[in-house]
Amino acid sequence: MKMSDLRTELKRSIIEQLNLEELEVDDIANDEPLFGDGLGLDSIDALELIVLLEKDYGIKLEEPEQGKKIFVSIDKMAEYIEAHRTK
Amino acid sequence: MTKGVAITGMGIISAIGNNVGENFKSLSSLSHGISYPEILDTVHKKLPVGEIKFSNKDLAEKLGLKSGHSFTRAALFGAIAATEAISEAGISENQLKDTGFISGSSVGGMDMTEKYYKEFKGSEENRRFIQAQHPGFTTTQIADHIGFKGFVTTPSTACSSSANAIMLGARLIKAGKLKRVVVGGTDCLTKFTLNGFNSLMILSSERCKPFDENRNGLNLGEGAAYLVLEDEEILKGKKVLGRITGYGNSNDAYHQTASSETGEGAYLAMNEALKSADISSEEIDYINAHGTATKNNDLSESRALQRIFGKIVPEFSSTKSYTGHSLAAAGSMEAVFSILSLQHNQIFPNLNFQTPIKETGLYPVQEGTRKILKNILSNSFGFGGNCTSLIFSTNGE
Amino acid sequence: MDLKITDSVHIKNQKIFHGKEMIFSAKPSADIIQFLKQAYKYLNVSYPKFHKMDGLSKLGILGTEVLFQNRTIHPETALIFSNSSSSLETDKLHIEAMGDIVSPAVFVYTLPNIIVGEISIKNGLLSENVFFVTDKFNAGLLLDYSEILMEDSDVPAVVCAWIEWKNADYDVFLCLISRKGNLAFNKENLEELYHFENE
Repeated sequence: MKMSDLRTELKRSIIEQLNLEELEVDDIANDEPLFGDGLGLDSIDALELIVLLEKDYGIKLEEPEQGKKIFVSIDKMAEYIEAHRTK
Repeated sequence: MTKGVAITGMGIISAIGNNVGENFKSLSSLSHGISYPEILDTVHKKLPVGEIKFSNKDLAEKLGLKSGHSFTRAALFGAIAATEAISEAGISENQLKDTGFISGSSVGGMDMTEKYYKEFKGSEENRRFIQAQHPGFTTTQIADHIGFKGFVTTPSTACSSSANAIMLGARLIKAGKLKRVVVGGTDCLTKFTLNGFNSLMILSSERCKPFDENRNGLNLGEGAAYLVLEDEEILKGKKVLGRITGYGNSNDAYHQTASSETGEGAYLAMNEALKSADISSEEIDYINAHGTATKNNDLSESRALQRIFGKIVPEFSSTKSYTGHSLAAAGSMEAVFSILSLQHNQIFPNLNFQTPIKETGLYPVQEGTRKILKNILSNSFGFGGNCTSLIFSTNGE
Repeated sequence: MDLKITDSVHIKNQKIFHGKEMIFSAKPSADIIQFLKQAYKYLNVSYPKFHKMDGLSKLGILGTEVLFQNRTIHPETALIFSNSSSSLETDKLHIEAMGDIVSPAVFVYTLPNIIVGEISIKNGLLSENVFFVTDKFNAGLLLDYSEILMEDSDVPAVVCAWIEWKNADYDVFLCLISRKGNLAFNKENLEELYHFENE
């Protein structure tokens, strides 16, 4: 899958999974911080992203802290998924 | 100091014993009840839990229930513990008619629902078990079994439910609205909560280490505990085990499941409890902490303790290192442990502790300790930011 | 003590009532999801976290939006909430997911008192709060507990509520109790108000 398609797919999944009703795919920049000031996601959102990694890409994280490095931005997530996906 | 509401009886069933005496023995001999799930039919066989090693069938036999009963596991625990409590308080069958019952629960009859949901999905049978699910049904089952005919209600505020039940009961007696009430809570292990907590990644795969720098999560537990509270007017020279002298409740208003960094809700609740007891923080001899051993709670609670007590935090420990976290029942179980501490002038230690939390440097009590105890503060903090603190005191001769 | 029912809100049958006045109505065919979305927009709630909540919490947030509008709410305003079905609808969602991978965001809402938590977070309330599960609307319980809090514990105001959601039906009633207003806070008035839209 092309990286740009993966990024779009990720954005769609995140909007749906995290109930970001007021956002469109185009509203999320690839390098925008997902947590903190960016999209303002919280700790439960981080856990939902861990579930998303497992459900959609077969990647299982053991510690919630691992998520901190991966969920920095759409770019970082896409890179990690490309490197570790089993689905 | 406020006189406080009299406690005339108590009952408990937990992973460390089937009654008050057995629990006391375990606490004194540092015998924890953490093991791997055997009764609970779960795939998570390697998650330590504070499981009571009796099947529902065993529990029903203990209670003398007929076969074909539909008691939920939480109701079975509740009936056993409540029976012990009213027996100690010497409540007659006639007196039960005027006795209220306030019992907190979070899972209610979830054990039945998850067993039968798939089998009976979409059928009429399903309705019976869906009805059994909500916490109020479990309370009604216990109330009907024992014969409580007074005011009956179910607080459902997650892990502070039974602490809130105790607070409500004490308040109603003080306000003259009730003369006698049995208060506490019950919860059982279920796949529902095990799976749910696992998804929040706050379960430890080892025995929990409350207040330790290397703590990595809680162990779920189960059980029930109740106190009998009675108004001064009807005591008639009955033995008073201890008194509820203070209580406080506040919302942390920070996050659905995590506590604020400064422990605001906890701080406000403890402050309110001290105010209502009309005592200063220096008069607290020991704190039975909420201490679930999650990264978040123990740091947040420690900060709140330091805010209340300043440089010298009194001796404290988390007895969840013995029983696991029994959710709604935790508050009342720890109330029983606090009364035992007062009765025997004994502090039960915080098991599995090695290294203090970096940010606070606080050391919980690590060995069984004998000390004259007059006032004990007990904390219970629930999801949804519900923070409750109770103060238990000796009868004060 | 002179306590009054200062204000009230009803949400039922796709309608929102402020006091006895209907202020919003969705099409009768709207299901709960559509109703909640439309009401959110109509009331200009503007709080993205709303969309992550379950139905119960959304109903609670909408109810307090109306109750709190155009007034300053003291941060120590206590919350005494209740219902009959606990968090049943969300419990069902969690059970359904248990065959596969469960959602932490769904699990969080499998406790009815989360409604109170969400309202506290949104409105900055650091106050006494409790949730009761009772067979049906219990005016006596709400009355007794409110009185105790306001008389003994210096609580400045209370929101009493019944937030019930089971199958496709929801029944929401909130009232603000304080020393202001004309309607006396007693069992009869509370019950009458509750039943007003429940006929």
